[in-house]
Amino acid sequence: MAEEPAGRDKTVGSMTVPAANERPSRLAAAQRVVLSGWGGNPRSAADVIRPGSLSEVVPMLAEMRERSRSVLARGLGRSYGDAATSAGSVVIDLTGADRVVRTDGAVVTVEAGLSLDALLAWSVPKGWFVPVTPGTRYVTIGGAIASDVHGKNHHREGSLGGWVRSLRIATPDGEIEASPDGEHADAFWTTVGGMGLTGVILEASIEMIPIETSLVSVDTERATDLDECMRLMSAGDAGYRYSVAWVDCLRRGRGLGRAVLTRGDHASLAELESAPKKPRSVTPADPLAYSPRQLARVPFEAPVRLATLPAVRAFNEAWFRKAPAHRAGELQPLASFFHPLDFLGDWNRLYGRHGFTQYQVVVPFEAAEVVREIIEQLGRSGFPSLFAVLKRFGPANKAPLSFPAPGWTLALDIPLGRAGLAELLDRLDGIVADAGGRVYFAKDARLRPQLVRSMYPRIGDWQRVRDRLDPDGVFTSDLARRLHLLGDTT
Amino acid sequence: MNDATGLPQTAVVVGGTSEIGLAILEELAKHRLEAVLLAARDRSGLERAKARLEAVGVGAVSLEECDVTKAEDVERLVSSAASSLGTVDLVIVAAGQLGTAELDQLPPATVLEMMGANAGGPAAAAVAFASLMAGQGCGRLVVLSSVAGLRVRRANFVYGAGKAAIDGLALGLSDAVRDAGVSVMVVRPGFVRTKMTVGRPEAPFSVDATDVATAVVEGLERGAAVVYVPPVLRYAFLVLRHLPRAVFRRLPG
Ligand SMILES: Cc1cc2nc3c(=O)[nH]c(=O)nc-3n(C[C@H](O)[C@H](O)[C@H](O)COP(=O)(O)OP(=O)(O)OC[C@H]3O[C@@H](n4cnc5c(N)ncnc54)[C@H](O)[C@@H]3O)c2cc1C
Repeated sequence: MAEEPAGRDKTVGSMTVPAANERPSRLAAAQRVVLSGWGGNPRSAADVIRPGSLSEVVPMLAEMRERSRSVLARGLGRSYGDAATSAGSVVIDLTGADRVVRTDGAVVTVEAGLSLDALLAWSVPKGWFVPVTPGTRYVTIGGAIASDVHGKNHHREGSLGGWVRSLRIATPDGEIEASPDGEHADAFWTTVGGMGLTGVILEASIEMIPIETSLVSVDTERATDLDECMRLMSAGDAGYRYSVAWVDCLRRGRGLGRAVLTRGDHASLAELESAPKKPRSVTPADPLAYSPRQLARVPFEAPVRLATLPAVRAFNEAWFRKAPAHRAGELQPLASFFHPLDFLGDWNRLYGRHGFTQYQVVVPFEAAEVVREIIEQLGRSGFPSLFAVLKRFGPANKAPLSFPAPGWTLALDIPLGRAGLAELLDRLDGIVADAGGRVYFAKDARLRPQLVRSMYPRIGDWQRVRDRLDPDGVFTSDLARRLHLLGDTT
Repeated sequence: MNDATGLPQTAVVVGGTSEIGLAILEELAKHRLEAVLLAARDRSGLERAKARLEAVGVGAVSLEECDVTKAEDVERLVSSAASSLGTVDLVIVAAGQLGTAELDQLPPATVLEMMGANAGGPAAAAVAFASLMAGQGCGRLVVLSSVAGLRVRRANFVYGAGKAAIDGLALGLSDAVRDAGVSVMVVRPGFVRTKMTVGRPEAPFSVDATDVATAVVEGLERGAAVVYVPPVLRYAFLVLRHLPRAVFRRLPG
């Protein structure tokens, strides 16, 4: 369904209204499309426009304000829930704006629609890696900044916002050049983690980190239960740049929280040269070789929830068993260490038409027992989650809506399509909120609005700056409406 | 907004004094319901319903006097729903009237009225709200049908025919609005013990309004397209629908 082109009279019901302006509307190019996040649910329809160039964005916003149409920017739709959908709005798809604009030492300036996948393909052979990467490369820089994403190095290096040196942001009134502690610092920090609700990020300058090889030197350890896993992480994480644990969620009782811990850092050239076992693709002669591939794609939505079948559970079991009890200094390609899920394209389709949700929370270190409580309650409830990802976060940054805060973060995928999940997760939310923790907006599709203020106590500061940047309320999303993030009640 | 677990924040009940409709709202109020609009003909019934919902903590209850068999009433209802609720997440079409199947009590006026109450009016409301939701880009409709519409029996043939019509309309509407981000769930209860059925002989597998409410909310959570209450009726009617007429005609009730 394409929107009626304006500039012509438009028929609404039985009335004929005159066109809003003389110039042809940018809405003429819009397509009505049903959108969802990576979890597949909820869905809503919006008028999607792909601007041909970034210079069109400000006039587009101005026109939509004039027409009283709400707007939201969207990247690759890898947020799990309803952050990148907005029913009935105009959704600006930025994935066409994907150029590297310029470099200046370690700082690279890119258009916001550039994917991490494309950025890495360009930068790794030159000896640069992104300072922070989420568990998939298929995110845009704009989307990653809007969610203030974290990676396996948060405990030492913080989230992405801390590495952004400047942002070019479009609002209906024009462009803002914002930096973290210079001009428009408040616009900068409300946009970092601002879930697309402050404006459209057009360009970002990011400080990259130097690497000598395209390999990661990885230490793997197996922990027999959750206590041991948390002990190992608390004791040793400070010594590792990257750290993550995969926790088995199918075990109950004594083996609860059996985990595989992988930690490491970028391998140096010297490490590659002296390694007894060298990977085939990366050699001392070509230490920055990088060509990650998708090995397969899931071709269509599964008719049943494949992700919860016994065969998959057996695979899960085998994976945890095969992990070595202890192995040090294994050289792994970047993609294997950082983006293992990307080897299978469109894997979200394995969850079938009902889709799935990801429950990701952070709780303060003092409340570590909440992590156990969540794994236990989910296990008992019969909502099958195969494994959970456990990480430790370091200090928070200045962004009022940024998710990471010091503590344990746990993330689990849960299939949708069965009654009772709302009640269960509401109960867990209560425990998390009481412990001083929070739920991650980029993953959320079901939190209750009542808990937002206690989980994000600085939201009032965020709203004040946001209202100044967008006084006419042009920007909104389904997430914002559901959680009343903009301060209204509907 | 409807969330990933299928639960709404705003809802409209067409047939806003219906026991089943109110029981569904009471069930939803345990979750995320923030504001509702009740629409019915009877003002004092609406006031009583409002008090009942406020007692279970639904903060914002608005009322609309509305006869769904009147086109202008339906149009007014849809626009006041949009203005009082903002985004209309869920519409429950629960209007209906059991009436009679005694030929001597069915003059043309009564037949027209029953068909209007069970088919024409609910159809007008369902389509009007579906088109509002298509514009919104989101929303869910719950249409209260009945197993009585699956195969119309002599014992309630006018009512059953009305339910058959609204059931078919809802299924077709569901396919029509799918690509607009809107979904429709059809609910087919058996005999429900309510004030509407007081004094009528109970059929096998009778349920209460609260049973229907629980099943509807579970259906929303599961993303179901069709819900039978109780579920066993799905299989019972698989058989009943295919009985030879000579046998079906002789079934009791
Ligand atoms: C397999 C997988 C693993 C993941 N692992 C992690 C992880 O380890 N750590 C982590 O933090 N996250 C993780 N995520 C979440 C993901 O990193 C974030 O949701 C990210 O925002 C997705 O980027 P996107 O381009 O797909 O954005 P979208 O999903 O399209 O949008 C996300 C938000 O960003 C806004 N937005 C997008 N582009 C712009 C723009 N140009 N200007 C302003 N706002 C914009 C949207 O409005 C929306 O609110 C993971 C997701 C997946 C699917």
